[in-house]
Amino acid sequence: MQTSWIPFVPESASTVSGKVDALYFYLSGVTAFFTLLISGVLIFFVIKYRRRMPNEIPRPVAGSHKLETIWSVIPFMIAMSMFAWGAQIYFQNSRPPKNANEIYVVGKQWMWKIQHSTGQREINELHVPVGRKIKLIMTSEDTIHDFFIPAFRIKADVLPGRYTTQWFEATKPGSYHLFCAEYCGMNHSGMIGSVIVMQPTDFDNWLSGNASQQSPAVAGQQLFQSLGCVSCHGANGEGGRGPALAGLFGQKVFLTNNQTVTADEAYIRESIENPQAKIVSGFNPIMPTFQGQVTPEQLIQIISFIKSLQISNPQSATAPAVPAPKAAPSTPANTTSAPNQQ
Amino acid sequence: MKAFETFETPTAARVNYINAEYGLKSWLLTKDHKRIALLYLGSISAFFFIGGLYAMFIRLELLTPQGDLLSSATYNKVFTQHGIIMIFFFLIPSIPATLGNFLVPMMIGAKDLAFPRINLLSWYIYLLGGIITIWALLAGGIDTGWTFYVPYSSTFSNSYVVATGLGVFISGFSSILTGLNFIVTIHTMRAPGMTWFRLPLFIWAHYATSLIMILGTPVIAITILLMAFERLAHVGIFDPATGGDPVLFQHLFWFYSHPAVYIMVLPGMGVVSELIANFSRKNIFGYKFVAFSSLAIAVFGFLVWGHHLFVASQSVYAGMIFSFLSFAVAIPSAIKVFNWTATLYKASISYDTPMLYALGFIGLFTIGGMTGLFLAALAVDVHLSDTYFVVAHFHYIMVGGTLLAYLGGLHYWWPKITGRMYPEGWGRFSALVVFVGFNLTFLPQFIAGYLGMPRRYHAYPPEFQVFNVLSTAGASILGVGLVIPFIYLLWSMRYGKRAEPNPWHLPGLEWRTASPPPTENFLATPVVTWEAYEFAPPEELEVIGKFREEIEQA
Repeated sequence: MQTSWIPFVPESASTVSGKVDALYFYLSGVTAFFTLLISGVLIFFVIKYRRRMPNEIPRPVAGSHKLETIWSVIPFMIAMSMFAWGAQIYFQNSRPPKNANEIYVVGKQWMWKIQHSTGQREINELHVPVGRKIKLIMTSEDTIHDFFIPAFRIKADVLPGRYTTQWFEATKPGSYHLFCAEYCGMNHSGMIGSVIVMQPTDFDNWLSGNASQQSPAVAGQQLFQSLGCVSCHGANGEGGRGPALAGLFGQKVFLTNNQTVTADEAYIRESIENPQAKIVSGFNPIMPTFQGQVTPEQLIQIISFIKSLQISNPQSATAPAVPAPKAAPSTPANTTSAPNQQ
Repeated sequence: MKAFETFETPTAARVNYINAEYGLKSWLLTKDHKRIALLYLGSISAFFFIGGLYAMFIRLELLTPQGDLLSSATYNKVFTQHGIIMIFFFLIPSIPATLGNFLVPMMIGAKDLAFPRINLLSWYIYLLGGIITIWALLAGGIDTGWTFYVPYSSTFSNSYVVATGLGVFISGFSSILTGLNFIVTIHTMRAPGMTWFRLPLFIWAHYATSLIMILGTPVIAITILLMAFERLAHVGIFDPATGGDPVLFQHLFWFYSHPAVYIMVLPGMGVVSELIANFSRKNIFGYKFVAFSSLAIAVFGFLVWGHHLFVASQSVYAGMIFSFLSFAVAIPSAIKVFNWTATLYKASISYDTPMLYALGFIGLFTIGGMTGLFLAALAVDVHLSDTYFVVAHFHYIMVGGTLLAYLGGLHYWWPKITGRMYPEGWGRFSALVVFVGFNLTFLPQFIAGYLGMPRRYHAYPPEFQVFNVLSTAGASILGVGLVIPFIYLLWSMRYGKRAEPNPWHLPGLEWRTASPPPTENFLATPVVTWEAYEFAPPEELEVIGKFREEIEQA
């Protein structure tokens, strides 16, 4: 895995990995310098001032506030440079870019289940094109896992009952390690796989070779029908007894308790599993809980369907871009786009 | 060369704390802090041996990339039990409960700790916790990792989680009682003239450690209790399936367990301050800075727990604050290292075994601290967390730091504790073997970690094998280096040369009484008229020795 000309550094294959390595080299250089300096001085003193006579007594020495200040302030300044550099890269990477392709990741003991927004499913493998931004939306079916790609220098815990995200842009085609980095039980060390980075054309071929599968949004649409969400939220997510869902995702939602929340994955999931937790202003708490009736993967499908409503609905009152029954159950409405549905 | 003024009456066949009473009962019901220290010494050595055996199995399994020696389930239990035994039953009590117990009263000129019965009780509590834990390990073991992370521990693990948790929970109370005892003793029982700034730095370090023990340990007790409730009754605190929050557990766990690192290493720093000063015959450079840096570490140590959660879905801003504070807490440790080094300037340094351990400590602790900076740097920690880099880093602190200090201290005070000298040649040799073996074990793990090898992996991709072979080779050397002192220290208890009251010719109070000391430590109440590490009190200079320049001129 090590192809870099610098020893002991793993392959660098994402837009972030070079930045992390640069900071790593800075840290290595500074700490190696000071470690050698301290050891060198220590060894020099130990040899030079060795005891020559059994009864010799060195003169006692008073401390020095000046020296103490110097060796407190200088290390502090250096430490702050490390802090600032590390925090800057971390902060930049904390927000996935808006135009990223979304890929869903579900961890379970002991495998990674991956689904592309176009429907392709993979297990323990993740195919991605080079040079395109990829956002991973991750959750777990059981205990805590961690999605770690050393060659990209990225890692994030994958938690049950929660959605965590991380993103990357691969820069080099190849096959890279994928590890679970949070201990998750017996076959933890078997919860590994590969990330396969391909040229965009190869990736498109790969996609079409696996095209037969249903996209998560379409699967989610079917779930809305079968779970009966349409009766309150309307076949096209236009709302009714329940709040409208079209255009909801990413918007601010007003609640009966005068608070506001952003309609993200976690909020939609909570509203499905625990509908009483946050009631949209103007609606009654009549929705039953769906906890235990939908799996984490089905939740992801429902969420991606609600996301798909956002784009197609505002202009598609008469001619929906995606086939007919645009149903959408559960969850509160947003403020702007709800009324123009039918 | 004559000793410093003593507070004992040197008669030939004297009664000391070891021969004052005989029989098992006289040991099991003793209230003498020195005897209790020996009870602790025996029991923590047993736990260290068990933890070491587990380490051996880990290293043997990782010799090859395939998981071929142990099954996955067994391997997971082995590394979990290695961690639990070493941390809760060896490292945390190691220096405070043995050397601290023996020396805190002696160094401040007291007859005993403030609460001798509570001191004995703390040992029984420790033993009860230890026995319950050992029972759980024999009955079926535990596979959660020493961190007990939920929901794995509360819902998914099929091992003896509650029983082990109970053992750890109980042993925590022994820590709390020891801390309480030290704080009261240091406040109220110092000998006349032993002012706060005349205290040996060993005492300052134990004072700071005691604060963490009292303030931190209850939190881990509560956390383990909640985890057990969750496992038994599914109350919905930590398990998301019932509305709980698994990350809350991690916050609570590390709120104790990061300061616990300082419970392990601060006493080690105290030991090293003693060794550096005494074996170079110099007062510690910047005494007050070293003393107060212990307190600063104790306080700031409570504010950095979130650096264990940089990839655990913690908020970005929380991550930045914890990163900042983690860099800040490195400074007091750096101050100590600089002051120790400066102490050696124009000193008179001997190469006795304890000093070799102390010098080894400074080197390894420096590497451990420096690599901590990598883990405090957010973007780099994202890559490094839960890899072998972390494993190497904390072993440099806990083994390179705490264990070396413990061994150095044990050799240093061995003549006082047992009244016998250990064989110096073997001592120096084993110190060297430990240093070489340790570095060979853990240096390669930094590299494997940056290359991406995750920790707690039973099997691993073959490109990491070379680093694991080096590690296992180093661990074998380290193991030999640890067995040698075990043998010659036991041997010396019977056959070692009899120790003088003050074999190193040092000014500390513990050296101004017999070896081994009488039950009441000092036959007359000592009156302290000298500063800490004062090697050349003007009125005694004649009998002790001469200043180096005067010798050179003559």
